[in-house]
Amino acid sequence: MDAPRANLPPLSLHVPEPKFRPGDEADFSDVDVPPAGSARRPDTADKADSFHELAYTLIRVLDDAGQAVGPWNPRLDADALRKMLRSMALTRAFDERMFRAQRQGKTSFYMKSTGEEAVSVAATMAMASDDMCFPSYRQQGILLTRGYPLVDMMNQIYSNSADPLQGRQLPIMYSSKDYGFFSISGNLTTQYPQAVGWAMASAAKGDTRIAATWCGDGSTAEGDFHSAMIFATVYKAPVILNVVNNQWAISSFSGFAGAEATTFAARAIGYGIAGLRVDGNDALAVYAATQWAAERARTNQGPTLIEHFTYRTEGHSTSDDPTAYRSAGEPTAWPLGDPIRRLKDHLVAIGEWDEERQAAMDRECAEEVKRAQKEAEKNGILGHGMHQPFETMFEGVFEDIPWHLKEQQQQMIAERKAAGI
Amino acid sequence: MSDAAQAGTPRMNMIQAINSAMDVMMERDPNMVVMGEDVGYFGGVFRATAGLQAKYGKTRAFDTPITEIGIIGVAIGMGAYGLRPVPEIQFADYIYPALDQLVSEAARLRYRSNGDFTSPITVRSPYGGGIFGGQTHSQSPEGIFTHVSGIKTVIPSTPYDAKGLLIAAIEDNDPVLFLEPKRIYNGPFDGHYDRPARNWTAHPASEVPAGHYRVELGKAATVREGEAVTILCYGTMVHVVASTVEEMGVDAEIIDLRTLVPLDIDAIEASVKKTGRCMIVHEATRTSGFGAELAALVQERCFYHLEAPIERVTGFDTPYPHSLEWAYFPGPVRIGEALKKILKD
Repeated sequence: MDAPRANLPPLSLHVPEPKFRPGDEADFSDVDVPPAGSARRPDTADKADSFHELAYTLIRVLDDAGQAVGPWNPRLDADALRKMLRSMALTRAFDERMFRAQRQGKTSFYMKSTGEEAVSVAATMAMASDDMCFPSYRQQGILLTRGYPLVDMMNQIYSNSADPLQGRQLPIMYSSKDYGFFSISGNLTTQYPQAVGWAMASAAKGDTRIAATWCGDGSTAEGDFHSAMIFATVYKAPVILNVVNNQWAISSFSGFAGAEATTFAARAIGYGIAGLRVDGNDALAVYAATQWAAERARTNQGPTLIEHFTYRTEGHSTSDDPTAYRSAGEPTAWPLGDPIRRLKDHLVAIGEWDEERQAAMDRECAEEVKRAQKEAEKNGILGHGMHQPFETMFEGVFEDIPWHLKEQQQQMIAERKAAGI
Repeated sequence: MSDAAQAGTPRMNMIQAINSAMDVMMERDPNMVVMGEDVGYFGGVFRATAGLQAKYGKTRAFDTPITEIGIIGVAIGMGAYGLRPVPEIQFADYIYPALDQLVSEAARLRYRSNGDFTSPITVRSPYGGGIFGGQTHSQSPEGIFTHVSGIKTVIPSTPYDAKGLLIAAIEDNDPVLFLEPKRIYNGPFDGHYDRPARNWTAHPASEVPAGHYRVELGKAATVREGEAVTILCYGTMVHVVASTVEEMGVDAEIIDLRTLVPLDIDAIEASVKKTGRCMIVHEATRTSGFGAELAALVQERCFYHLEAPIERVTGFDTPYPHSLEWAYFPGPVRIGEALKKILKD
């Protein structure tokens, strides 16, 4: 390498570093948390460039006293609030049980959404039941809110003989067209342009349904994100683009996706898309923002990018150990609290809930999950023989099985027979 | 002039045939849409989508942003909705940004969702060399896609086949990569770059019915019957091979594969067992090219019928060299030398 030129100051490379590492005390006092109710709520017909400040603030509805305040208060009735609370609690109970099932060796893999339940549950409730969701891998709350059978989710997780996906996909990569839930890929953000395409098709056909999609903070760096953004704005696609900023992409903090420089909601501004930044642990704020974006989409006002500012309380997956790269104190120090706790406090504050009912609901959710698990395990668990027949491996690659796959299928059957297995 | 032509069958070049296929299908299926860079108002840089926007409207034939990830990703989403998208990638050389959407998404969607969602898209893309396009407008990436499970790869060599195969591809419920040999869009090419270009008019396969017809995927065509050697080829190479064989007076059997996946293995096997010799010609680079798969299949099935080693004539394992195109291109000289070699014993 040539020697540096002596008459110029040397350049230096900035490599982002999270504020806290294992052993450090987590302190989020520098995270700017605006008061609940302080963000204005534009009309859904307003032009996207007239409310840029909403990409830099936090839309919050629930205040510290558990009251719903400000222009974004969706004013849901108590039954809707209790349904929201229950779906979130059910999601958490499901996660707890399935995480444990993986640890017990009943399946290969699981991903919890602990701390992020509001992002999927409240958003789902704010959409129509036939709107189409293109989720990433941490929005199991969508299926649970829409009433998808727990047993079928577990059958998929166990890859057992009743798995709706015939054991072909990694656990939790659900697919259900009937419930408006697109097949989860596992490759990051590929669902973003697909959601935009679905929404464009819906608009081109004069349909009334809209699409929504979710990706993480880290995966906004993928080219698919930006391709989706340009398509969404160019054709004013009726789509809600959610970025779940849970601060961590496996071990890489959000700084590696650009969060040191700006917000993820601000990505919308350069594309001329409506951008909202929301307290993702405030179920009512998530609901209100989604409802606003859905109305905008349904009235041909185009897409909305919503950043859900939240925190990944647990590891990335069962294959991850977050104590190896971040401060163990982060989850409890997180300034936006727990989404279930906050919604519960609100229901209590308005006199529609109490600790006894909460405890009963938690027991009920745990029982429901346990019953479903028992039912699912009758169809087998991963690696214990009750899988799909081997020859089904070759089905469904194409609509019809071509000769070369038939030949490979026959070869496999013959080899296994010859080997006596 | 054949009976069909006398009865008024139109003459078309390959672009017109491809355009006609899309026109016919858009007329029949209100869910079919075409999309891509410059394909809308302008009708495509090669004019393949000319007139479609005027006829079917902007929501069915439209220009897109310059992002191949987006074009394919959006097409997959539209397909999931229930449309039948036919996206164009302007040059096959530009397809690489879309690899993840094609390989991990379109090709895997049916399998991973157990048929819950499918991807009935047909990706059209001009490919191949011989037009002084340099390394970014000349590549033949078919081998990358034949290696992927869940996607079909189709390459026509005549206007008649182009239309019938494209209609079959669009009607197919699985993703199809439809590679168009752009060197022969306007006329068959004998490999002699220094001779005047010919148009399609004199070629019998330029008689293209105006309406709907299919050339089934997975069926090869025997372009020339012969006894001395079987030559497996597709796209532009079909014409280069045919011309070289005529010039040399070799009694070769020429098989135009037309579909690489699924492959017409029966046609290949029958021919090689008859001739006892097999030569493979493609423009794409040699190592791990589709010719390697063909050679493996032929030796697996026809080993005891072979009287000479299988011969491959391919592009070299270099980037496509602009000024040295005609040394790189598997033209008459290279094919001729290989023929002499395979026939010498």
